Amino acid sequence: MVGWSGRAGAKPMASIALTRLTFNPSNCNISVAGGSVFARWENTFRMQTRCGSTKLILAALFAVATAAAQTAYKPVRTADGKPDLNGIWQALNTADWDIQAHAAAAGPAPMLAADFAIPPGTGIVEGNEIPYLPAMADKRKQNLQNRFTADPELKCYLPGVPRATYMPYPFQIVQSSKTILISYEYAGAVRTIDMGKPTPAPVDSWMGWSNGHWEGDTLVVDVTGLNDKTWFDRAGNFHSGDLHVVERYTPRSADTLMYEATIEDPKVFSKPWKISMPLYRHVEKNAQLLEFKCVEFAEELIYGNLRKQPRTK
Amino acid sequence: MSKRFFEAASGTLIAAAAAIVLLSPAPAAAQTSSTGLLTKEGAKPYTPPRTPDGKPDLQGIYSNASVVPLERPKDLGSKEFFTKAEADAYEKAQMSRHEVVAPGTYGDVHYNMQQFGLEKGQTKVAETIRTSIIVGPEGRVPPPLPAAQARQAARQAAAKGHEFDGPENRGLSERCILWPNEGPPMLPEGYNSNLQIVQGEGYVAIMQETIHDVRMIPTDGRPHLPADVHQLLGDSRGHWEGNTLVVDTTNYTDRTAFRGSSENLHVVERFTRTDPDTVKYEFTVSDPSTWEKSWSGEYLMTKIDGPIFEYACHEGNYGMHNNLSGARAEEAKKAQK
Repeated sequence: MVGWSGRAGAKPMASIALTRLTFNPSNCNISVAGGSVFARWENTFRMQTRCGSTKLILAALFAVATAAAQTAYKPVRTADGKPDLNGIWQALNTADWDIQAHAAAAGPAPMLAADFAIPPGTGIVEGNEIPYLPAMADKRKQNLQNRFTADPELKCYLPGVPRATYMPYPFQIVQSSKTILISYEYAGAVRTIDMGKPTPAPVDSWMGWSNGHWEGDTLVVDVTGLNDKTWFDRAGNFHSGDLHVVERYTPRSADTLMYEATIEDPKVFSKPWKISMPLYRHVEKNAQLLEFKCVEFAEELIYGNLRKQPRTK
Repeated sequence: MSKRFFEAASGTLIAAAAAIVLLSPAPAAAQTSSTGLLTKEGAKPYTPPRTPDGKPDLQGIYSNASVVPLERPKDLGSKEFFTKAEADAYEKAQMSRHEVVAPGTYGDVHYNMQQFGLEKGQTKVAETIRTSIIVGPEGRVPPPLPAAQARQAARQAAAKGHEFDGPENRGLSERCILWPNEGPPMLPEGYNSNLQIVQGEGYVAIMQETIHDVRMIPTDGRPHLPADVHQLLGDSRGHWEGNTLVVDTTNYTDRTAFRGSSENLHVVERFTRTDPDTVKYEFTVSDPSTWEKSWSGEYLMTKIDGPIFEYACHEGNYGMHNNLSGARAEEAKKAQK
């Protein structure tokens, strides 16, 4: 007798086209033939036969088959044979407000009411913990308390990496063999990723110095030379000038990428930590980044006290 | 500024001094015309390499620093071209000019550009025998139409006496919103006059170092944005004509005010690679609300090693703070008297 037990509602990461699965009860051998499979299904195949109670992890089985078969998603390739990341992308989460899981909360301006409340979010930090060093806890608390005056985003300052990726505005990747340019709608922020031999950052900057290379179908970007002036979000999560970010962009379907970033900063955190999120392609016709030059919207905040006459409104 | 910046800057200074390259003079059989620049090999045509997806490859990091100004100096009248010898002498003179840094001068109060490798003589410029970027017998921006003159006069009248009231009274460049070199048309800037071209499927991206704006130009034939959407850099659409990228830009704001233009500004640019290190850049400017006829210019962009540095203008805008607080201090002083 063969039983099948599995986690109810287990969702496959991609479709499975299994050609043939055969079980030979006389020797308890299981064979899989052909097809494209994926390795992350967590059902267990429990058999109660003459072989005794054998709990087989199906993932291991599929991993064997996968080794000889293709990976889950084969991305479209550019003319020079690399995964094609060209396009307009955007994160669909509220990480810019707070990268950790958070409930909805009132915003800073009661008269702007529901429009400018803080929306909830399930967060993008793996494990939901940010390992601040004990000595850094006070600064984090201070930032959080002063979030509506001290956040550099308020002043339309360049957002740095990785925050630029999950600001609630689109960005565009233009991919050539030697250089991958990422243009962010917000504040005209831009980065160029050098796909040649890695070089050290000649100087610190807001958007950092990016060296990229391919690992299989993943674009890996090593970012150094970041200054200490950006935050990770509006909730005051911060870093030092020693910040080192390694990003991974992996196509997961025709219109989505999986984005992961490892954050390392021994001055602020006791160990590296990771964020991850999908990025979604803008598929509407004639999608376009528009100008979002927010400097003039920040001038009252930055220079208002230096006016000849204060603003009446 | 960090120590690393000084090291990088002095490295650049030394490298730049060694790297000032003058394109070799063309042979006597070289072709010149009122719409052409002298090319290295004269009339020899050049077939540019292609990107993997088959488009002419314009990519690279370039300097568009120029030894000649946008408008022809008045004393040159209708002389559109130098002789080769005159051009060499003119370039030599321009490249050896140093900022005056005597106490109290702009160079003293601002900073000594040469110290940071920011003088023209420390950059790479492309050769030209033209006497100005603007082509034609006049070589100057045409006079504005009467309505445009009235518009500009009204603007100046409204601004008079309020120059330091607040940030909005300062120019777009001082506010780090838009710099005059950005255009389009893209023009040489005082220093770090660099740009980078990256091509991906269906797009040409042009990033100008000052002030890090990216012009994202689709080449898929889509229409412009609706007419009531205005952008400081306008809205650009590109297409290929043989080996030339042609870019059409509309949808400007009336604040862009390129040489006094209105929101009806319309610019057409042409980018053509003429040799492995050079891209010819041509532009035509028209605005029926400002000029009776269109006017054109051209120059060569020359490849540099780079890199493009981050010009975080707004983030480092101490100038705005200092100008406004200085004006308030002056007023307070006057009020006390």
